[in-house]
Amino acid sequence: MKGKIIRVAGPVVVAKGMAGVKMYEVVKVGEQGLVGEVIELEGDQATIQVYEETTGIGPGAAVVGTGQSLSVELGPGVIANIYDGIMRPLEILKEETGVFLARGVTADNIDHKKKWKFKPVVKKGDSVSGGTIIGEVDETGSVVHKVMIPPEIEGELTMLASAGSYTVKDVVAKVKTTNGEEEICMSQKWPVRVARPYKEKQEPSIPLVTGTRVIDTIAPVAKGGTAMIPGAFGTGKTVTQQSLAKWSDAEIIVYIGCGERGNEMTEVLTTFPHLIDPKTGNKLLERTVIIANTSNMPVAAREASVYTGITVAEYFRDMGYSVALMADSTSRWAEAMREISGRLEEMPGEEAYPAYLSTRLSQFYERAGRVTTLNGSEGSLSVIGAVSPPGGDFSEPVTQNTLRVNKVFWALDKNLASRRHFPAINWLQSYSLYLDGVTPWYEEKQAGWRDMRDEARKLLQKEEKLQEIVQLVGPDALPDNERLILEVTKLLREDFLQQNAFHDVDAFCPIEKQNQMLSLILRFYKLATEAVERGADVKDIAKMKIKQPIARMKEHDNKTFSKHHDELLKKMEAEFKGMGGKNE
Amino acid sequence: MSKNVEYNTIKEIAGPIVVVEGVEGVSYGELVQITAGDGKKRTGQVLDARSGTAIVQVFEGSSGLDTKNTRVKFTGETMKIGLSEEVVGRIFNGLGKPLDKNPDIIPEKELDVNGLAINPSAREFPEEFIQTGISTIDTMNTLVRGQKLPIFSESGLPHNQLAAQIARQARTRSGKEKFAVVFAAMGITFEEAKFFMNDFERTGAIENMVAFINLADDPTIERIITPRIALTTAEYLAYEKGMHVLVILTDMTNYCEALREISAARSEIPGRRGYPGYTYTDLANLYERAGKIEGKPGSVTQIPILTMPQGDISHPVPDLTGYITEGQIVVVKDLHEKAIYPPVNPLPSLSRLMNEGIGKGKTRDDHSGVANQLYAAFAEGVDLRDLVAVVGEDALSDRDRLYLKFSERFENEFIRQGADEDRSIEDSLEIGWKLLNTLPREELKKISEKHLDTYYEK
Repeated sequence: MKGKIIRVAGPVVVAKGMAGVKMYEVVKVGEQGLVGEVIELEGDQATIQVYEETTGIGPGAAVVGTGQSLSVELGPGVIANIYDGIMRPLEILKEETGVFLARGVTADNIDHKKKWKFKPVVKKGDSVSGGTIIGEVDETGSVVHKVMIPPEIEGELTMLASAGSYTVKDVVAKVKTTNGEEEICMSQKWPVRVARPYKEKQEPSIPLVTGTRVIDTIAPVAKGGTAMIPGAFGTGKTVTQQSLAKWSDAEIIVYIGCGERGNEMTEVLTTFPHLIDPKTGNKLLERTVIIANTSNMPVAAREASVYTGITVAEYFRDMGYSVALMADSTSRWAEAMREISGRLEEMPGEEAYPAYLSTRLSQFYERAGRVTTLNGSEGSLSVIGAVSPPGGDFSEPVTQNTLRVNKVFWALDKNLASRRHFPAINWLQSYSLYLDGVTPWYEEKQAGWRDMRDEARKLLQKEEKLQEIVQLVGPDALPDNERLILEVTKLLREDFLQQNAFHDVDAFCPIEKQNQMLSLILRFYKLATEAVERGADVKDIAKMKIKQPIARMKEHDNKTFSKHHDELLKKMEAEFKGMGGKNE
Repeated sequence: MSKNVEYNTIKEIAGPIVVVEGVEGVSYGELVQITAGDGKKRTGQVLDARSGTAIVQVFEGSSGLDTKNTRVKFTGETMKIGLSEEVVGRIFNGLGKPLDKNPDIIPEKELDVNGLAINPSAREFPEEFIQTGISTIDTMNTLVRGQKLPIFSESGLPHNQLAAQIARQARTRSGKEKFAVVFAAMGITFEEAKFFMNDFERTGAIENMVAFINLADDPTIERIITPRIALTTAEYLAYEKGMHVLVILTDMTNYCEALREISAARSEIPGRRGYPGYTYTDLANLYERAGKIEGKPGSVTQIPILTMPQGDISHPVPDLTGYITEGQIVVVKDLHEKAIYPPVNPLPSLSRLMNEGIGKGKTRDDHSGVANQLYAAFAEGVDLRDLVAVVGEDALSDRDRLYLKFSERFENEFIRQGADEDRSIEDSLEIGWKLLNTLPREELKKISEKHLDTYYEK
């Protein structure tokens, strides 16, 4: 089918003579064959969002349908790659058109020529269905890529390739289905706007360990859960997202740079190859897929980038992996929707965002989850979305609509950031609805964890009230026990909640160490309370020697920390013994 | 097709927008030549191409155009600028026409002013320290090559002096490479422009400089093009001629106002405070043109200047800018009123790329710790001022008094410096240590023991 353009306005093109074209079908626009997608149909007129710059295109130029909706090809070769919003490999684009992005370039999502070592894991004659793993490929040091039967296919395996090297397009299996024989290769295509199927969803109950203390201890996210990080600029959204991408204990990371800075993507690209995964000892890049559609790349491709990313993530979830997806930032995605909606002259909703903003956001976050996959294994997809509210005002539509479908809220606080308290996650405002669900997991690691965590949070809450009084009357007006609380919460804030994402040791804090650090500070509180009861002066407690090593404990080597903790505990008990003796 | 056909079928003129009917073969974004009734030529660009109708924005504004005698020609070209190395040392208007008495440039290359996005995988991560000679920037908000670091200011503050001082003093540690400054003025007053020109002439900086000047009384819409021309020139000098280019864009608030004006004229649905919904994307298309590219010797570093209306950092212009740029240098009234120059407040300021640009081999090994400690101590001192206002200084503990004193000295000795004072990073760090020495060693938790052993005295 071939239509003609009748209007061009930025990324939106209207063409007539398009009868028969489907909604969300991919079309090629103009002589250069720019990639576009049909987003509205009226009679034989189609409105198309174009994923590339439309300068130089005008009425009269041709539009050709491809018959396919926006799809990506998934298979070995996805990991450690960097893609644009519609999954064109940026390295290949660079080889073809140089350091600047040119228009009308097509490239395969994955290398069709590279040969991979395929190991079959089923036998000829087995009955297979969507999701069945028929073979394995060692894709990187960290990831065994499982070759699966595409979701809709079911039948008997009539051919299976023997172990050997194949390209992603070579036929490695044939399946006799009720509709005839299907050829299976190592790659499969999937439309990005459709969620990949699974057998059933389960309740998330295992935490995604991030190594960031304020997250793991105060507001943990579960594997298969959703979390949001809203914050004004400079509060550390990107640093937090990158820390999670680096250190969280998911098996696969999909990082979407959606409408953000180019230099940040370069930072990911330059640092990840050198960072070592603490669990596997392999390079972090070997479990990471990066989607980079920076703010100056076409706005329609930015809209598509989150779908591309989550489709890749679902594909690995279907293999039975725990996958974490970071989208930085979902506000830019929402703005892309707004921009296109504005060009379509749709009736605007709140703050000119389209009325379907909330629908799109919920659809996106609902693709997260801990699931039993089609092949019966357990996989999870956690989604962590950054939100960039204008002026840091959380009452704006993107933050509010995301809050409604999200279970973890990490509120970034401008005041904390301006004090250089990082991560600037406000421990009182933030919450996690997974807390009860993951408590058994934590309790198994350390009995009494929940009480400890709740006590810390209560103290911090108390502190906020006390600070208000201090602002009015000064700290001396408080009774001893309350002044002591201020001393202890200072330790909690500075020596526990604060964490340096750029420090070699402190960047990642294992759960065991987190628990020991916290218990040490709470022990300090208990001993200090007793000392005060014995008549010790809070001023002397503030000057105790033990505070120095407590302040430095986050920098202490993770492996030997347990021993260090015992030593500190002894020292602390000894120092308190000499305090507040009434007969002094 | 339509080339060399002139249309006199203007249907509507509204603000800077002209609607032409009965046209054929017009494409989106192409350049338009408009000849007014008096024969004077203007330039425009197609914003919306429909069959039979084109919506054109006129850069010089629409005053003097009519619907009867005005003729419109579609050139089929996108907006380009002709460039050669000869541009260095020259002054142009906001559309790239020479303002000095010298002849037009004989172009070696014609480049599209909109530029192209850099492939993220072709970028090189910025990590070369630029010494500006200003303590608050070098020590606490380090600028690196390829960064975009704006100055957030307010009317009445000396942001121009600061920008001129940076342009004059900025250099890398080796300091041998080819260096150029591209200066783009958008809607600033004649006097402000004159200040920059005089300053650059006085210091000889003019020889390495290209200036594009759109003054406050020049057509508003021209401002849409000025930064694009300037950045295209910068990219040409950086990537074709291997120069390290510092681009100063002032004032971005005026630029955004021009954007708003066009949007309003097109009756688009306004976003926050009337700015169009695509302001973020539009600004990103300018700011993201800073960077370094692998395999190319040059770089583009940007220092955009913007004035925050009422000093409000959450106003859309600073807010959207802050989300795109890699930090910000915030100039504040409070310090200016205390007669402290440069009135840079380190607390709201930030450089996101600082970590990679400092440390051993780049500046000095203790740099990061000193910066963090100075920041924390100053923040604590400033906080205490509020408390003093309520309960009086006598109610403070000895420790608190140390911090209060520290914050005073920090403002007077560290932040304050002369408009021509060029401090090396070592000088700045020394001043930092001198102040930190007034605090007890146990208080300096952000500095490693090793560095305390080396640098802390007492």
